[in-house]
This record gives sequence, C-alpha cells and structure tokens, in this order.
Amino acid sequence: MSATLNAEAIDRYRFPAADCSRIPYGMYRDPDIYALEQERIFRGPIWNFLALEDEIPNPGDFRLVEVGDTPVIVDRARDGSLHAMVNRCSHRGSIVQRATHGNAKTHVCCYHQWSFDLTGNLVGVPFQKGVKGVGGLPADFDKSCHALRKLRVESLNGAIFGTFSDDTPPLREYLGPVFTHQVERLFNRKLRILGYQRQRIFGNWKLYTDNLRDPNHGGLLHMFQITFGIARLNATGGAKLDADGKHNLSWAAQGGRAGNAEDPGKDYGDTGRGDMNIKLRDPSLLRYHKEFPDDLTLAVTSLFANAALQQIGNTLAVRQIRTRSADEFEIVSTFFGYEDDDEAMQRHRLRKANLAGPAGLVSMEDGEAVELVHRAIVRDGQDHSVVEFGGRGPVRDQENLISDVPMRGFWMYYCKLMGIPTGETAS
Amino acid sequence: MSTITPELYVRVQSFFEEYGRLLDEDRLETWVELFTEDARYEIVSRENHEQGLPLSLMLCDSRDMLHDRIYSLREANIYNIHTDCHVIGTARILHENGVLSAVAPYSLFQSTQEGETRLFSVGRYHLTFAETGGRLSISRLRVVTDTGAILTLLATPI
Ligand code: FES
Ligand SMILES: [Fe+2]
Repeated sequence: MSATLNAEAIDRYRFPAADCSRIPYGMYRDPDIYALEQERIFRGPIWNFLALEDEIPNPGDFRLVEVGDTPVIVDRARDGSLHAMVNRCSHRGSIVQRATHGNAKTHVCCYHQWSFDLTGNLVGVPFQKGVKGVGGLPADFDKSCHALRKLRVESLNGAIFGTFSDDTPPLREYLGPVFTHQVERLFNRKLRILGYQRQRIFGNWKLYTDNLRDPNHGGLLHMFQITFGIARLNATGGAKLDADGKHNLSWAAQGGRAGNAEDPGKDYGDTGRGDMNIKLRDPSLLRYHKEFPDDLTLAVTSLFANAALQQIGNTLAVRQIRTRSADEFEIVSTFFGYEDDDEAMQRHRLRKANLAGPAGLVSMEDGEAVELVHRAIVRDGQDHSVVEFGGRGPVRDQENLISDVPMRGFWMYYCKLMGIPTGETAS
Repeated sequence: MSTITPELYVRVQSFFEEYGRLLDEDRLETWVELFTEDARYEIVSRENHEQGLPLSLMLCDSRDMLHDRIYSLREANIYNIHTDCHVIGTARILHENGVLSAVAPYSLFQSTQEGETRLFSVGRYHLTFAETGGRLSISRLRVVTDTGAILTLLATPI
C-alpha cells in the first residue's frame, strides 16, 4: 500500500531510546496510529493467527475471525485445502458470511445474492445478464476480477496463520526455531475443542501485548498463587525471545528456587503482598499432570502480533486479539484438550480453566490493569512509560521473571514495521 | 408431575430474591451457604452451551471450591470496583419425579464508584434444588449467559 493519510501521525511522538525503554503514551491513544497499525502491522509482513484446523475439520467448514479489525472467513475447501478471505462483498461491501461458524457450499451475500466459492472466487451473480436481455451487468463484466480479497495461509501442526503481505517470510522462518517448537509442542496431536471465551477490554490492544510480555507483574498483580502459597515470583522461570525480539515465551518450571528463604515476604518490598500460605479448601484445582516432555508448568507464548498460546498447568488455549479501535479490543480464546484425553483428564482441564480467561483466578486482573492504564494516559501523549526491569540495551533471553525486557522486543519490532525512528541511547 | 402449590411458588420466587440480594449486598460468604456441599455452580456462555461445548467461564463443583473462589476474591484478586444489581425475573418452576427445578431470566447491572452504570450480563439461571430440613438449597446451578463477550472481566458471581 502506498502513502497513507495518517502516516504523519508517527511524527507526533518521540521514542527517546532506541531500546524502547521509554514508550510514549500517545502510541496507545491516537486513532491515527491505530489506523496505521491496521495497514503496517496487521496487514504488514506478519503472520496472524487465524484458527485451528480442528475447528474446521471437514470440507465446507468455516469460522469467522478478525485480523486486526478486518473481518475474515477461514474455511476448508472441497479438496481439504485451507483458505482465508476478507468477509466483505466485492459488490457493495456487505458482510458476506453472517454465521460465526458452520458448513457451507458457497458463501452467499444476502444483499444481492452474489456467491463465492470456498476459495473466495465469485461464482454467482443473479441477473448478471438481466431479465430477457434487459438490465443486468455490462457485457464485459468479468467475474474473475471480483473475488473476495484473499489472504495467504499457512498451517503449522494444525494452527492456521494468514498474511495479507507478499513480503512475509515462510511461517517457520517468521516464528524462528524457538517459537516453531512452541507451536509444535502444544499442537502435537489431534485436538478436542472444549469451548470459547470472549473478553472485551476497554483499552488499547498494545497494553495487552505489553502485559503478555511483562512476566514481572505475574507475582505482583496476580496474587492467587502467592496468597495460597503455591508459587512465588522468585521461582524458576524466565523469558525466551526470537532473534527479532518480537515473540515471547514466558515460562515457569516445576520445582522452584526460593527467593529470600527465611522471609519470603521481604522480596515484596513491604507491600504487604508476600506469601501468606493460606490453604485452599479444594487444592485439586492446582494439581498438574505432567504431559509435556519438558518441565514447564506455565508457558505463555506471545506471537507477534495477534496471538498467545497458553499452557497454565493443564489448561490449554490459544488467544486471538481482535482490535476494535484505539480504545477497545477483544480476546477470543479457544480452549482445547487432546482427542485421546480420558474423561478424568478432560474434567481436570475444564476445572483448571478456572485459572484463566476473564474470570481466571490468576488472570482476571489483566483486564483491570489494562483499563487503569488506558484511562490514566488520556493526556500527555509525549510522556512515557518506563521499561527497565531486566536492564536496558539489546533484548535477550531472561533467566528470571523479574523482567519486562520482552516488552521492549515487541516495541523495537513494532517501530521497525511502523517506520518509527527511535532514539540513539537509553535515557 | 407434582403440582406447584402457591406456597411452593412463593418459596422459589423468594429464594431467587434472596439469591440476588446476597450478591448485591456483597454478602458472598452467606451466598455460598445457599449451596449444598456437593453443589455445582457454573457460568457458561450461550455460544458454548448451544454448540454443546463443555467449557465454562467459571466452574465450581463443590461448595469448598465456591468458598475458595470467594476467599480469593476477598484476599488475592484485584478487579474493577463495582456494585452489582441483579434483576431476576419470574421463575418457571418444574416439579418432576420429586426433583424441584426452576429457570429464571436475569439482568445484571454493574455500577462504578462514580455511579456510572452498564448492563453487564443477561441470561438465565437453570437451577436444581435440594431440600434439606425444610430449607431449599442449590444442588446445581448453571448460569447460561447471553453476554458471552465478558465486559472487562468477571470477578463477582452472577
Ligand atoms: S453487497 Fe453483496 S451482493 Fe450486493
Ligand atoms: Fe497477567
């Protein structure tokens, strides 16, 4: 895409430090920045997570998703191939497929009944030749020029990704070895879809991608595990990044290293939020049945820009971020287990889902935190947040959780795609 | 099919009145006592309910688990500071094979400290009662919410 109306919006804000240890607040509130993101991030050279193959196992199966704020149909054609196309009629712009999911032979627009095959090609136009030679479209109207706008699609172990850009490198290359492994780790065999959760948050979507890349808040904002003496921030954990720093894996492992052994509350700087060691009446919720070859009990993989893969113990899900405006986004989570789960394992996963999502015992706080920030940064777009836990300078893997370095990795890549110049040094 | 006496009708409707009032008055610990020890309480979106998908938004399959959730809300969780207002419609009561159950529609409004109100959730209660010592309690409550897209977050029970 060429010049954009709002491209000058990026000149309004200054990133004083090249390592993105300062983020101007205006980046979260400016509607022009938001519009530019749709073009340069979501429709830029990135792979967006779309859906899971096991959600559309049969020919004709489809689901509606969103890439940024663009409505997209993901479906499986007769020959089993996967397709994604913008859900906007090439006639006059109506939503074509209205059902959120289902099975269809063609996608038919209700407005004037144009129909599109499962690859997005226009196949039917009622009254194209008019009635008895009167009316209709011009004789030179060429249906092949009026397909739905198509995305390029790649699937990795059943996780379907789509891109608008011809410049996006192949999916595995885009993910890099660490994150290719994370996708393969989670999607290692046929899934059973357990259900969906949706959450509307009234804040900027990047406050959520920041939150996903800030392991430091885990043991400070989310106090469930600490209150009940199950985990500590100073436990074994860390963060992994890809070469660009754009993706992040926040992980914690079984076992755990103690922080201040005599007085665990001390590390909390007298905030009154140290270990309380109160016992749950029903601790079965916290049991972990080891099911991966590694020791990770928590693995939240954030893929630039719209996805997070979640393993919290045995509760597994993939979250898709759908932007609505600079001030609102939705998280759509697809929870799953594996087809070969027995009844007990499925029940365990379903109970354990209490930990995650909008009502999650260890996650509900994120919705509140995002909105608190969004509300407070309404003015002073040139002021900025401070991102220095884990140090300044180049981003690299973190060996502990007291870090927000992965956040800087996101922003450095984001600035690159947005064409935002960043400062020379950390201020 | 047992008949629903006027007395039973009033008992069930008053039960729902008490249910909503305890939540609205933030008497969550007392609300938990409306449930039997082995009760199941879950909030499930209409989306999952209609597709037969088992995932809930909140699931407690014992009163202990409900206690834990309320305790966690009190001591550990941070969520939007708000007041709830439940408006519970007239229940449809079924009394079959000795099992008393009811379905009632609800609207749940949330208000901020500054007095700004939003419609937070609408849906239906599907409730199965147990009767012990002349007192009704909940043995199973499935809240099917039409508002599957949760606004901000879901902390206090519906
Ligand atoms: S807008 Fe779709 S057929 Fe006219
Ligand atoms: Fe969080």
